[in-house]
Amino acid sequence: MNNGNAAEFRHKSLIEICGLNKWFGSFHVLRDISLSVASGERIVICGPSGSGKSTLIRCINYLEEHQEGQIFVDGIELKGDLKNIEAVRKEVGMVFQSFNLFPHLTVLENCTLAPVWVRNTPKAEAERIAMELLEKVKIPEQANKYPGQLSGGQQQRVAIARSLCMQPKIMLFDEPTSALDPEMIKEVLDVMVDLADSGMTMLVVTHEMGFAAQVADKVVFMDEGQVVESNTPKEFFENPQSERTKLFLSQILSH
Amino acid sequence: MSSVIKSMEKNNRTKPRPPPIGSTGAIGWLRQNLFSNIYNSLLTVICICGLILIIPAGIDWVFLSSQVAGDNRFACQNTGACWAWIDQRMGQFLFGFYPEQERWRPMVAFFLLLPALAPWLFERVPAQRYLRIFSIAYPFIATILLVGGFGLPSVASDKFGGFMLNLIVGLSGIVLSLPVGILLALGRRSKLPLIKWVCISFIEIVRGVPLITLLFVSNILLPIFLPPDATLDSVIRVIIMVTAFASAYMAEVIRGGLQAIPSGQYEAAKAMGLNYFQSMRLIILPQALRISIPGIVNTFIGLFKDTTLVIVIGLFDILGIANAMVANPDWLGLSTETYVFVALFFFIICFSMSRYSMWLERRLGTKGSNGWSS
Repeated sequence: MNNGNAAEFRHKSLIEICGLNKWFGSFHVLRDISLSVASGERIVICGPSGSGKSTLIRCINYLEEHQEGQIFVDGIELKGDLKNIEAVRKEVGMVFQSFNLFPHLTVLENCTLAPVWVRNTPKAEAERIAMELLEKVKIPEQANKYPGQLSGGQQQRVAIARSLCMQPKIMLFDEPTSALDPEMIKEVLDVMVDLADSGMTMLVVTHEMGFAAQVADKVVFMDEGQVVESNTPKEFFENPQSERTKLFLSQILSH
Repeated sequence: MSSVIKSMEKNNRTKPRPPPIGSTGAIGWLRQNLFSNIYNSLLTVICICGLILIIPAGIDWVFLSSQVAGDNRFACQNTGACWAWIDQRMGQFLFGFYPEQERWRPMVAFFLLLPALAPWLFERVPAQRYLRIFSIAYPFIATILLVGGFGLPSVASDKFGGFMLNLIVGLSGIVLSLPVGILLALGRRSKLPLIKWVCISFIEIVRGVPLITLLFVSNILLPIFLPPDATLDSVIRVIIMVTAFASAYMAEVIRGGLQAIPSGQYEAAKAMGLNYFQSMRLIILPQALRISIPGIVNTFIGLFKDTTLVIVIGLFDILGIANAMVANPDWLGLSTETYVFVALFFFIICFSMSRYSMWLERRLGTKGSNGWSS
């Protein structure tokens, strides 16, 4: 895909990735990835570990730098320019596997920090929005506690609320339930399903195939840094095209 | 159904009982800490014997058999300590050669120091905002008080001495070395090669040289490089050198704290759109400094004791005054008393710093430290 095409696309899609290549040292971690995400679309990315799926979504808010290809987010191209990068990060929320809440700040302070400092929202307004969102993730009563006092599932829900406080256009989830006890996975997935129902554009790296089947518009299967298959959940689970996908599905669904 | 299960559970559960006698309270404490096994018990007995030997003899020497009155050492015919010099020499120990009729000025500066420090050391202080403004003005007020100006007769800084000099150099060094150390630590981790290498060279060179060498350099070499009519006050030179020395250590202490912060914290801050300075100020440094408190206070204590080295460039701090007094024929041979007295000053300040830092750690510890996941 050449530059002209990319420029055309970026009006239609919220995220436009074309010909993305990335290396860690000499290891070719992402190979010729092209992907476009329309506004409101929900995409689940799955694949074996080391397939580059986390690296891919970390490229979308430039936590990882790509060497070749182009990424447009909301019409802004991600390059070395710090201004562009910060503009994109304002619009893209990210939820991490290990929550990454700020332990020295209360739950409420975690939620209001970025709106106040990055968006210049008045503090009272930021707190009002934060409380609304904490309500949505069902932990308003924990607002004045410190993250260390919460369970893993509660922490991850705070992390989701914290990202939403910036009122992002896109939410990235990097294995949001992989560090959680089985009992807590559900409470986090419930919040994510609610979020999907509200029309948020979401890119989710996860092994929760039930979640993928329930909410995804498209499932992207990656292996060895490439997109092997990309299809609707129904087609993906019932009629996988490639051998690699079939193998993966048989292993992941066997227990 | 569920109520049946509940009542069954209640009947089967063991009720809480008090712990066995002797495992809590004073007896429990003694058992656990002093007599937990045969070797510990032996050590405890030996230590108690040692204390019985030392403490009564010490009290006897310092208080019971000591002498307080007298004009010179010949007045002290007792077996204990001779404190007769204190009332004559106290002024010098505290103020050095600061003119006697002006000594109220350092006293005022000292008492103004307390309200200037309070709003930074404690979280809830009355009129905090006004006190903070006052503490920013304090260095200028103190300088005018000590040096003169605005109608106060001027006092040359080579008249500064005694414990006052230790406090001036020590406090200035402490207040300046923390911010300089933070900048050096951040600079050393910078991705910009120029900043990085300037910081690394500064830290490694300054840290690789004894402080005493730096003080000599400031005294002998600096004037050679400076234009002949430019003079740098010797107290200011000492403050600069002590600050440079302490901030090189400080930088490494803080770098250790920075390295302990998981990369997820940096990533979360970035992902939310915070820029470098915001993420350092709001996320990384508050956590890194908290981890580094023991090391920071350690450096402060070291710095404060190093202020006694000003003697090598001809300034008389409290230890210099003590040395001079021990050599005085009137008080010859009273070195034990003098040095115990000087040590007490340093111990009070250093021990207070240490207790304060422990209190601070405990207070911050309640705010969910160790809250990082995975």
